[in-house]
Amino acid sequence: MTASSLTIWTIIVLLGIGTFLLRFSFLGLIGDRKLPPWALRHLRYTPVAFIPAIAAPLVIWPDATGGEPEPTRILAALATVAVGYVTKNVLLAITAGLVTLYGTGFLLG
Amino acid sequence: MDGIPYLVVIAPFAVLFGVVATEAGLSLAETMGFSVLVVAGAAQFTAVQLLVDQAPVWAILAASLGVNLRMAMYSAALTPHLGQAKLWERISVAYLTVDQAFASAMLTYEKEPEMSPADKVSYYLGFMIPIAPIWYGGSWLGAVAGTAIPPEYALDFALPITFLALVAPALRSAAHIAAAFVAIVVALLAAGLPSGAGILLAGALGMATGAEVERRMETKR
Repeated sequence: MTASSLTIWTIIVLLGIGTFLLRFSFLGLIGDRKLPPWALRHLRYTPVAFIPAIAAPLVIWPDATGGEPEPTRILAALATVAVGYVTKNVLLAITAGLVTLYGTGFLLG
Repeated sequence: MDGIPYLVVIAPFAVLFGVVATEAGLSLAETMGFSVLVVAGAAQFTAVQLLVDQAPVWAILAASLGVNLRMAMYSAALTPHLGQAKLWERISVAYLTVDQAFASAMLTYEKEPEMSPADKVSYYLGFMIPIAPIWYGGSWLGAVAGTAIPPEYALDFALPITFLALVAPALRSAAHIAAAFVAIVVALLAAGLPSGAGILLAGALGMATGAEVERRMETKR
């Protein structure tokens, strides 16, 4: 990482303030007014849209291999999603991903 | 004290954040700064990943706050229950708004409508009393231990695995799956854009897709 300490702290503080304002928005400032249904409908999908958008390029073009796709990592990612989807359990999904990563990494050398 | 079962999930997640942040080059103080001031796992992981990618500050903030937009929805949903509480109570609840506390509190409030506003505040803060210190402590432990883990353990991959593990259980409906699918396709197609920009575009289009699919499914019904 080449970011300076000042940059990192700027991000920490602004992200902290921004996140607090999102959490405090209705409770503290807007009061008991309802959000319009279209806004709620969009807000519902923020995690399932933003998080895969961040993860997908990391799975297909990992920095650690110089950006080359690698079967081990793709298999591990698929195992994580499959176990997470079926069991609805975050920790089991992480375990499945790591076991696949290390297991197939070992088998494929 | 309903928060205690969640410690099993929160503690390893906190340790993982400490490890990943340290591996990415963050100091102990910076890692703790994230966990104490932001208190939002997925957004913290996002910010660290984009720092590694050397994305510009505005893009890091936009993507991380994008991940946290759901907190505004939580805030709106909690307001009918906690909107009348004292200011310092509402500030404490806001600071401690995390997925697990929100979900558990809403279920309890709906199940027990006779709870007074004071009971509801006590329930919420009581839920977080064991969780918040574990979040801070776990991050610290991970940051200290992370420096001792050799790089051949492919820990760089802990982060995408964590993200996928968080999202997979949330794929509850066709609309959720459509949102994630569009986000993935756009993120891969937009990989040539400056880092951060592709994620914002993919996230926004995924979000709009989810909302649109939901709207159509409702009209059909």
